[in-house]
Amino acid sequence: MDVVFYISAAVAIVSTALAITRMNAVHALLYLIVSLLAVALVFYVLGAPFVAALEVIIYAGAIMVLFLFVVMMLNLGPESVEQERQWVKWYVWVGPVLLAGILIAELIYILLGERSLLAGNHNVSPTQVAVTLFGPYLLGVELASMVLLAGLIGANRLGRGSTSGREKGKDR
Amino acid sequence: MTASVPVEYSLFLAAILFVLGLVGVLARRNVMFILLSIEVMFNAAGIAFVAAGSEWAQADGQVMFMFILAVTAAEVAVGLALLLRLYRHFTTLNIDAASKMRG
Repeated sequence: MDVVFYISAAVAIVSTALAITRMNAVHALLYLIVSLLAVALVFYVLGAPFVAALEVIIYAGAIMVLFLFVVMMLNLGPESVEQERQWVKWYVWVGPVLLAGILIAELIYILLGERSLLAGNHNVSPTQVAVTLFGPYLLGVELASMVLLAGLIGANRLGRGSTSGREKGKDR
Repeated sequence: MTASVPVEYSLFLAAILFVLGLVGVLARRNVMFILLSIEVMFNAAGIAFVAAGSEWAQADGQVMFMFILAVTAAEVAVGLALLLRLYRHFTTLNIDAASKMRG
């Protein structure tokens, strides 16, 4: 079953290397999403299914969508349609689809294969994680909430329109 | 099954991904790619934590990954807001444009 680990690790490394060398931001985001999915499969094999789910939902879901929103905001205007037509070509899809196909084949292999995979002795269940998170690390949870609140306020302050922020924020 | 993958290999994966992210931060001049590379580095640190937690069958590694997740979310929100601010101010995403900033 460890062959799944090695293939996922190879997919993660290849897609990350492709992501940081792309010229186009959307292509880089596609490759990075594939890389995050591969890392989620690595987590699954390592016996951390809850973290694997979080990786897909929060990293590949929420954070990458945030990046995509910003890419879309930066490309406003009539030239974005032409740019979009230029971006969506068949060969753009080949790389991410190929790497994602390897990942889905691995996932099917895991799900059809040994049932004992999830019952490994190193498997850390979500219950244990939750007990640890809200037990000894309760202070850390509070600090994480404060970090998120600070990030929210900072993003709100910085992302405000430059017309209203120009007069007030200029002298700070 | 987990014992068949040595913890060293997971740490190798984390190290390789971290170095790739570092190369991205150092080599690219586009702020968007720098933020993406920082994401890659956070993710590599998370792999190291989860691999260590899996090696000793403790939940602490996964707890640390959740803290990394919270820090990453806050960092991305502030970083992208700064990126939009930079783009509005200089109409470019080149990070070198910000070196002309006067505090």
